[in-house]
Amino acid sequence: MRQNIAALAAGSLFGLGLVISHMVDPLKVQAFLDVAGDWDPSVAFVMVGAIPATAIGLIVGRRTGHPLLAADFAQPSERRVDARLIGGAVMFGAGWGLVGYCPGPALAALGNGASNTFVFVAAMGAGMAAFRFFPFARHTRVA
Amino acid sequence: MSQFTPVSAVLGGILIGLSAAWLWVSLGRVAGISGILGAMTRPDASWRLAFLAGLIGTPMLIAVSGGSVAWRAPVEQWPILIVGGLLVGFGTRLGSGCTSGHGVCGMARLSPRSIAATAIFMATGGLTVFVMRHAWGV
Repeated sequence: MRQNIAALAAGSLFGLGLVISHMVDPLKVQAFLDVAGDWDPSVAFVMVGAIPATAIGLIVGRRTGHPLLAADFAQPSERRVDARLIGGAVMFGAGWGLVGYCPGPALAALGNGASNTFVFVAAMGAGMAAFRFFPFARHTRVA
Repeated sequence: MSQFTPVSAVLGGILIGLSAAWLWVSLGRVAGISGILGAMTRPDASWRLAFLAGLIGTPMLIAVSGGSVAWRAPVEQWPILIVGGLLVGFGTRLGSGCTSGHGVCGMARLSPRSIAATAIFMATGGLTVFVMRHAWGV
């Protein structure tokens, strides 16, 4: 129960951050990717705020040695930059550019009531589900 | 640079980072949205459901309580939405992460994989928009 409350708080904070930073606006995200057009560098500043704040958590975690509400840190262990990572990043980048949504903002924008957003999220879910049928899917980790 | 909003971008980014920091310190989990969504069918999914409820519900709460949420709809063409969604869904699972997992959490860890993935998806995202807007004129 305490785990769920902690996760709900994290998700809520994440959603609030996506709204304040305008990441839920796919046209603004596409304007960031449109370097040759009317370029809007704002999304880079989202990372400028997010990365150091995340690093604080990593430093605190190193001090405490274990999470407050779980036994261990689920530390990503893979080290190699392999074809899978590169291929996946190429595909993700292409889809991100086409529509302007990455997974978090697409979900956070579901409340906009637009059928376009819903269609994108449904296709994204189908893409994730389709991945399970691939033989290499077994070895999947988070990040 | 018509709509440059650096202050709200940094502020929102800090909240996203604090969320990732809190999820790491409390549950020891990486706040990668594609990873959380992709593992929804695992047995220990309840914290993931709770996270997603907050992620989806909070913007809705802001909107219904009169706050302004700048969530314009994406492109209208369904073929683009469907192809884009499939690429994002499949690609983030294949590449083990998205903008949050690689671009924020992995970058904060200085993970070589995440730095490579972020450079690649930014480049292909930029290339896709360039081709769409300046070559095809979509």
